[in-house]
Amino acid sequence: MGNSPHTDGIVAGRISADAVADNFSDLHPPLDDHEALVAADRCYFCYDAPCQTACPTSIDIPLFIRQIATGTAESAAETIFEQNILGGMCARVCPTETLCEEVCVREVAEGKPVLIGQLQRYATDTVMAQGKHPFTRAAPTGKSVAVVGAGPAGLSAAHRLAMLGHDVVMYDARPKGGGLNEYGIAAYKSVEGFAQAEVDWLLQIGGIEIRYEQKLGEAVTLETLQDRHDAVFLGVGLGGVNALRAEGEDKVGVRDAVDFIAELRQADDLTKLPVGRRVVVIGGGMTAIDAAVQSKLLGAQDVTVAYRRDKSAMGASEFEQVLATSHGVRIEFNAQPVRVLGNGKVTGVEFARTTSAGGELAPTGETFEIPADQVFKAIGQTLTTDAGLSVERGKIAVNETGRTSVSGVWAGGDCASGGDDLTVTAVAEGRDAAMDIHATLMGEGA
Amino acid sequence: MADLRREFVGIKSPNPFWLASAPPTDKEYNVRRAYEAGWGGVVWKTLGEEGPPVVNVNGPRYGAIFGADRRLLGLNNIELITDRPLQQNLREIKAVKRDYPDRALVVSLMVPCEEEAWKAILPVVEETGADGIELNFGCPHGMAERGMGSAVGQVPEYIEMVTRWCKQNTRMPVIVKLTPNITDVRYPAQAAKRGGADAVSLINTINSITSVNLDNFAPEPTIDGKGSHGGYCGPAVKPIAMNMVAEIARSPETAGLPMSGIGGITTWRDAAEFMSLGCGNVQVCTAAMTYGFKVVQEMISGLGQWMDEKGHSSIDDFVGRAVPNVRDWQHLNLNHVTKARISQDDCIKCGRCYAACEDTSHQAISMSADRVFEVMDDECVACNLCVNVCPVEGCITMETLEPGMVDERTGQVVSGEHGDWTTHPNNPSVVAAE
Repeated sequence: MGNSPHTDGIVAGRISADAVADNFSDLHPPLDDHEALVAADRCYFCYDAPCQTACPTSIDIPLFIRQIATGTAESAAETIFEQNILGGMCARVCPTETLCEEVCVREVAEGKPVLIGQLQRYATDTVMAQGKHPFTRAAPTGKSVAVVGAGPAGLSAAHRLAMLGHDVVMYDARPKGGGLNEYGIAAYKSVEGFAQAEVDWLLQIGGIEIRYEQKLGEAVTLETLQDRHDAVFLGVGLGGVNALRAEGEDKVGVRDAVDFIAELRQADDLTKLPVGRRVVVIGGGMTAIDAAVQSKLLGAQDVTVAYRRDKSAMGASEFEQVLATSHGVRIEFNAQPVRVLGNGKVTGVEFARTTSAGGELAPTGETFEIPADQVFKAIGQTLTTDAGLSVERGKIAVNETGRTSVSGVWAGGDCASGGDDLTVTAVAEGRDAAMDIHATLMGEGA
Repeated sequence: MADLRREFVGIKSPNPFWLASAPPTDKEYNVRRAYEAGWGGVVWKTLGEEGPPVVNVNGPRYGAIFGADRRLLGLNNIELITDRPLQQNLREIKAVKRDYPDRALVVSLMVPCEEEAWKAILPVVEETGADGIELNFGCPHGMAERGMGSAVGQVPEYIEMVTRWCKQNTRMPVIVKLTPNITDVRYPAQAAKRGGADAVSLINTINSITSVNLDNFAPEPTIDGKGSHGGYCGPAVKPIAMNMVAEIARSPETAGLPMSGIGGITTWRDAAEFMSLGCGNVQVCTAAMTYGFKVVQEMISGLGQWMDEKGHSSIDDFVGRAVPNVRDWQHLNLNHVTKARISQDDCIKCGRCYAACEDTSHQAISMSADRVFEVMDDECVACNLCVNVCPVEGCITMETLEPGMVDERTGQVVSGEHGDWTTHPNNPSVVAAE
């Protein structure tokens, strides 16, 4: 095709197929047996370990690391899966640097935490490679539960419910399960179709039927589900995208970052995926970083993440920021978009310089332009339907076990209030809601 | 600069670090490499009598146990004495000694418990120019089944007898190597002394099985599905060896008997500790087998630096200095009260001290919601377990309560007087004596 990073416009094939394959290889290659033993030996087996406390799913990290160290990775995996059935994906995508590894006493003491995430991957990969599923179903309860959304929260809830003996029917809007694991996160964090492999592995528990392309509020309504099933769990995520609220947002070349990432994740051939020469990503979260880094990896010449506040307020972790800048992405702090420039096609973005000291965002009066032929919006996602439930700060209002304002309906994950929008948090919420649904259906709940 | 030169039972060496009689000292090639690396002396691997040499197994000879990061902590072996012809060994010993006259070269010997056998080998060894002999009364595997090695070392009368034969039949200094596979090391040491030994060296290896293969239920090292107990050595045996050294050093019958310390010596510090317990020099094997001969360079520099820092101009300045401080339990001062102190600056909040104290000791460490760990003086018996399990060296220490202070655990005022079990009111013997 003859395209290069310096070709103007939004084009495909900027770099060779080999370079693309290399760019999108595993971010953290798996530990081999020796590396895992060396890493596991560093764990101090802390009492009431801070890492476990920091884990939203409360995995017994010291125990599973000791199990690895003593040559029983299968037992280690069971320790992980008991708490977090998506432990394999979480090992890949968790921001461990702000969770377990941040509070590892060896991080505190030496600035070098035990490699908890990679050890978790070692254990879970070991069992998943064997094709074994460590859990079996309890005797049938005769109860049926609808789980809407086959993302991390829904899968976690469905697995736990199925394990407890309930029949589960999952309804997902998309043609594949996995939710953001399949359509959202950066490709280099989940290589070789891991998201689908994990869904298939999880379904080995049995008792879970998935119905695809069943969008809540369109193909199926909450009322229907309440009629069909004994309980409903909603893990529908945030399907909408916030508007930029800047002039020119509709110009050609302006796109939602989540759409770009989803297209990238589903692409059979990344050399055929077009990307701009000069890309501007507007936003400060993980989605912004994922879109920016992947644009760069596809061969974009200049990629800038523009964030309206300062570094300390950025949603993306320090690790993610460094990941971006080490790939040549520039992060422009205190830059608020004013208008998208261009006559039909985008040619750049005009920004107002801001100050955000003390948390108060204010323009300084200065403006500047960043040239762009492609602009990605990554300023947050929104709920597409509240299904008639009470909403709190834009999300379905829930209590600590996921109960919504309507009896018999639970919710968890990104669509529900409470907790960070993280895969691991969604898994915890799905699991906890499942336990409450179980208690309720079996007459033990309130 | 500290003077590391040693003269041990008349044998001179540029430093106190000798390689013990073992696989590393079986051949001229290895011994030359050892001398080039800086070892002060070598005890040549044990020679047997003239005739067809012993044979070794053709499967694994070694087994091991490991600490974190696969650090070798203990090694065992089922290798026998040299399996090379006597004459070849003698030729090589002579050649090496000729080329390295400043280094110690002692020859380890093991022949049947008959005077003729010893009379036969002593002159041919003497002829090599070797500086001395070491009697191998220690090997616990293989040779012991044939009435040699530890089979001799476990019978004080045999030790005395063979030692005497050797003293009567050679001008070379005689070092008797002791086996730890006995109940009280003082008796074989006394026997060696009675036999006229110039010195004892200890310890030889300890009977051991390092592990069992759980697939075929065979002990390691495994030969065709079977295993035999081997001799255990390496860092793990150092505490056992040092106690035996100390027992000989402080026993009136053997006090002053020169000792060559052996057993898990891995660093200069280990060596200094053995010498402080009365050893005139030390012998090393496992550290060299684990890391190569170069380790002696750290031992030399480290010992020299420590001696300079402490003002010890020669090794004699500190040999035996710890011996007077090794006492029977009954003489320990019961009025000495200490309490654990946790440095909050150094604490990394792992909580191991808490788990250890709460689960297995005296519930004397408190833990706050934000993981601050503090010692409760009214419960602390100063057992030291928290110090031992803490991963940060120096984070937890023991503070001595000065006389006049109150021990909050007992409510007693700390006495400045020495008070031990021999005078303690709870001791029935004290009452009986009155």
